[in-house]
Amino acid sequence: MKIVVLVKFVPDATAARAFGADHTTDRVGVDGLLSELDEYAVEQALQVIEAAGEGEITYVTMGPENAGAALRKALSMGGDQAVHVLDDALHGTDALGTSLVLAKVLEKLEYDLVVAGMASTDGGMSVVPVMLAERLGLPAATFASTLSVADGKATIRRDGDLASETVEVTLPALVSVTDQTGEARYPSFKGIMAAKKKPVTTYTLADLGVAPDQVGLGGAATEVVEVTARPPRQAGVKVNDEGDGGVKLAEFLASQKFI
Amino acid sequence: MPARQTPFELYAIDSLLSEEEREIRGTVARFVSDRIRPQIADWFESGELPARELARELGSLGVLGMHLEGYGCAGTSATAYGLACLELEAGDSGIRSLVSVQGSLAMFAMHRFGSEEHKQQWLPRMAKGEAVGCFGLTEPDFGSNPAGMRTTARRDGADWVLDGTKMWITNGSIADVAVVWARTGEDAKSIKGFVVPTDSPGFTARDVKKKLSLRASVTSELVLEGVRLPNSAVLPEVSGLRGPLSCLNEARFGIVFGALGAARDSLQTAIDYAVSREQFDRPIAGFQLTQRKLAEMAVALGNGTLLALHLGRMKDAGTLRPEQVSIGKFNNVTGALEITRTARSILGGNGITLEYPVIRHMNNLESVFTYEGTHEIHTLALGQALTGVPAYR
Ligand SMILES: Cc1cc2nc3c(=O)[nH]c(=O)nc-3n(C[C@H](O)[C@H](O)[C@H](O)COP(=O)(O)OP(=O)(O)OC[C@H]3O[C@@H](n4cnc5c(N)ncnc54)[C@H](O)[C@@H]3O)c2cc1C
Repeated sequence: MKIVVLVKFVPDATAARAFGADHTTDRVGVDGLLSELDEYAVEQALQVIEAAGEGEITYVTMGPENAGAALRKALSMGGDQAVHVLDDALHGTDALGTSLVLAKVLEKLEYDLVVAGMASTDGGMSVVPVMLAERLGLPAATFASTLSVADGKATIRRDGDLASETVEVTLPALVSVTDQTGEARYPSFKGIMAAKKKPVTTYTLADLGVAPDQVGLGGAATEVVEVTARPPRQAGVKVNDEGDGGVKLAEFLASQKFI
Repeated sequence: MPARQTPFELYAIDSLLSEEEREIRGTVARFVSDRIRPQIADWFESGELPARELARELGSLGVLGMHLEGYGCAGTSATAYGLACLELEAGDSGIRSLVSVQGSLAMFAMHRFGSEEHKQQWLPRMAKGEAVGCFGLTEPDFGSNPAGMRTTARRDGADWVLDGTKMWITNGSIADVAVVWARTGEDAKSIKGFVVPTDSPGFTARDVKKKLSLRASVTSELVLEGVRLPNSAVLPEVSGLRGPLSCLNEARFGIVFGALGAARDSLQTAIDYAVSREQFDRPIAGFQLTQRKLAEMAVALGNGTLLALHLGRMKDAGTLRPEQVSIGKFNNVTGALEITRTARSILGGNGITLEYPVIRHMNNLESVFTYEGTHEIHTLALGQALTGVPAYR
């Protein structure tokens, strides 16, 4: 069983966020980490391998130099090797371009299953996994809250507002997983030390046969025209309970259309 | 730089750490905030700790015996071990004590002085946290002066028979194995270490009750009444006080970092509190007296951290001497105690409750001040290093 896990290095959500003059998220000058939503993907891939009793995991990331930290974090949780696509021309690449680059990487790798997080915690579009599946001609089972692999098939459960669906795809396939799949493990100290010795291959766009104008801000099909910080939170409404607190709370909830 | 810096940001402490050290520290910090912080006040108040469960979790992280090589241990640097102690003690000194005793006292004693059989039998399970160890040196009548210990081991045919009482033994009643130090003859040179399975007939352990410090830690009295052990129970590679003292030196190294964790958590709590607590219509952080306290605490914490890292680098280089570890304990534990007391004052009335971690850290550090060589004994060790004259014997 060979699994590829897509991981992204994102700005630390607890720190201040910054945007460049071109409205891209500043991923270079800030503290970053492996996207929390991708930790679930790493965990699921490790569990699939553990259940199968054999196999190998390759992590793939596209991002600036410091994105290597996301790969090392994943490798310290487990898995075997990683690929880092690193090229200055990638700055500002949109989802379409990202899926192109990732598809080119996957063409170089052997895999039975591609696992991704449900979204990135910085961009949050959730479209890269399906775009990638489309480019590779893979069946995609997205937003999995459970994942199991057996007999050449991956089975997921997708929990919607109205129903839960069970979806089965024939391998090779792509699966994206949600935060419902279960807590990601802590890296062990042995894992942290072993991660340093696991191979990380770096590819440039030229290595992948992607022209610089297919990616970056210039090649992007979408454009962020404006970035506005969310206005600071307004002070809430205080309800003094003079025996009618419950009624007032209900009225407030009704006025906001919660009930 | 953001509008508010943490004390460690102020000192750019991260710039002194390798990426691996930062990752190990980050992993322990996350474990502490997920697993320890939410429950520690209750454990402290009830005086009950799910120690064996925690040992297993700490084992799967790789914390137990992390700086030892082989036998299932992670084999990290000593500095990384120190940083792990710092983060654990930012949770609670009791959790760090559990780890210190397991890794630096019980496991270290076997790793350094034990037979191959001891190592094979115990270390892998102890590293995983499946087996818990304790370390019995102190006795009711012999604390700072262990050379006078009364616990005896006498030969009986091919066996050894141990009799005596050990006091204040961390992890005592939950341990599977005790490293017990006993005299085999008249003088201190005859002291030997014994690996004692706690299910040996004649071995009992009873918990010390009514503690007001390290309440989230198991502290016990060990009674050995005619405990019969085969000759293979002896730690073969050492005799005399050098054995237990070199183990203590190892654990003390962790304390030099650990105490900083309790201090950092208290200081950070005080800063957060001072910024949000208003009196006389403004945050108490805006009063100069408060700022002076915060500045002095941050500098004491930062300087102590630089010292700890200096000692850590020396330990990794193999050049660290025992009296240098004494500097660390001398400075960092008193410094940390001082910080927790000052932080407590900033929290006012709230500072005396377990709703905040500060008074818990403060009380815990009273034990840390006393164990692993009291503050006074380390003072005298430094006095001896400077003058060549030993003042304590
Ligand atoms: C919570 C806790 C956990 C512990 N865990 C362990 C453990 O796991 N294993 C273990 O073996 N021990 C353990 N100890 C014991 C600890 O190491 C001893 O308490 C310590 O060595 C001091 O001994 P004592 O309490 O008998 O004090 P004493 O030695 O009686 O000292 C009392 C006071 O006299 C001072 N004093 C003594 N001699 C001198 C001198 N020559 N000059 C100046 N001042 C002096 C001391 O500094 C101290 O202030 C633990 C203690 C505590 C509180």
